[in-house]
Amino acid sequence: MILLDRLTRSFGAKRVLRGVTLEVPDGQNTVMIGASGSGKSVTLKLIVGLIEPDAGAVRVDGAVVHEMDRRRLAELRGTIGYVFQFAALFDSMTVAENIRLGLVKRGHDEGVIRARIEESLAVVELPGVEDKYPAELSGGMRKRVGIARAIALKPRYILYDEPTTGLDPITSAVMDQLMIRTRDLGVTGLVVTHDMRSAFSVGDRVAMLHEGAIRQVGTVAEIQATDDPVVRQFIEGRPGSPAPAPAWRYE
Amino acid sequence: MSPPVASRVAARDGFVAHVGRRSLETARALADVGTWGPLLIGQMRRLGVDSVPIALFIAVFTGIVLSLLSSYIFTGAVPLYFVGALVGKTVMMELGPVLTGMALAGRVGASIAAEIGTMKVTEQVDALETLAYDRNSYLVVPRVLAATLMFPVVTAFAMAVGVGAGWVTAINLLDLSTPEFLKGLKQFYRFKDIWFGLVKSASFGAAVALMGCLRGLDAQAGAAGVGLSTTRAVVLGCEAILVLDAFWALVLL
Repeated sequence: MILLDRLTRSFGAKRVLRGVTLEVPDGQNTVMIGASGSGKSVTLKLIVGLIEPDAGAVRVDGAVVHEMDRRRLAELRGTIGYVFQFAALFDSMTVAENIRLGLVKRGHDEGVIRARIEESLAVVELPGVEDKYPAELSGGMRKRVGIARAIALKPRYILYDEPTTGLDPITSAVMDQLMIRTRDLGVTGLVVTHDMRSAFSVGDRVAMLHEGAIRQVGTVAEIQATDDPVVRQFIEGRPGSPAPAPAWRYE
Repeated sequence: MSPPVASRVAARDGFVAHVGRRSLETARALADVGTWGPLLIGQMRRLGVDSVPIALFIAVFTGIVLSLLSSYIFTGAVPLYFVGALVGKTVMMELGPVLTGMALAGRVGASIAAEIGTMKVTEQVDALETLAYDRNSYLVVPRVLAATLMFPVVTAFAMAVGVGAGWVTAINLLDLSTPEFLKGLKQFYRFKDIWFGLVKSASFGAAVALMGCLRGLDAQAGAAGVGLSTTRAVVLGCEAILVLDAFWALVLL
């Protein structure tokens, strides 16, 4: 289980996270929603130790991430797949080499590596692209290769950073199906998004990050039925003040 | 308005500490042979072998100019066979290593900073870390080692070609024969001339590659950020070469 325990993080004078506490239960997809720049991606980077918190801690299976030494951190990263917002594929490598890199690090033999590459590309429905370079793929295909690279390692957790942003509706739906299928394989997911259709489609639980803290956590049904004006405004995509305007102003 | 002197000094101190920290991290990553080992040969070819043409181009013209310049200085004052001595000593001890280093600071330093900087701003460096690779083992160590090993090799070729160009110039354009040129070359030659130049160039290689990696890893978002890092890598590489050049002259001469 991943536990975010009162996480605080600033960049210069800007305090991005102000005490984020959230539990990511095993075997479920937890979706973190929130406005752009609210600190969702920062939270994911804190989980894998790419940045350290100013205060608070990320606990993965009980161990505090920022207290780990490099060896232990490398072991932890071996259990977490990370799907980047813009895929972050290595552009000097082919698709197969991108997927191979993580498998080589884990010491798999060539037979296993080939099988995993084939298997993971089949899961994301991209067979036959092994020898292509990222520049030869569309944005949606790159994101799917990013997922293939993550699931090839058979991680316990996958962190998705804006997996459907910038994709057409059909490719977004394909990405949603992939995240659900991965969850059904027993992988715990934490999905960061502001695409509400995707959030309600893939999420077992939804948490809203607002002004550096978790505003509300609940099941999809609970979030859809919320009477919190901030959460309501966000999920309905209404501009302006979160509080509903008094009726008399329109009479 | 430029920042006050105190803050500029503080920034420079911070940078020196930063370079020290990165150097220590790189030294620690040397133990991770399994990661950098397979990448080393490719980097040696890219940073070293591919740099030979530009180094030789510079060496040819350096040899020609030195030969003509020394003839101009010596005529009427010093026997002309000293042209061989001046060309040999200068190319082997100073101009060979330094000019080759400067050229490679542009070519190698810029290429490393641009490549790693682009990887940084497109999150490829983060992706590498999430795949459990150490950024220093994968990106920094193979480049720094390759440059340290290959700069002396490229410089050795440049020395040979520079002296050769000086000799061809002397026998064709100056009133000098091959035996006279060789007499001057041999008279003041010491084995130290060569290893002094090669030791210097190894240190130049390490510094240029380290500055390239460091600036690349510090790149800020966007094309402008990568461009700035690349420029800084070249400038810092050239500065490091000049400082190291003076350091080795003090220590070894």
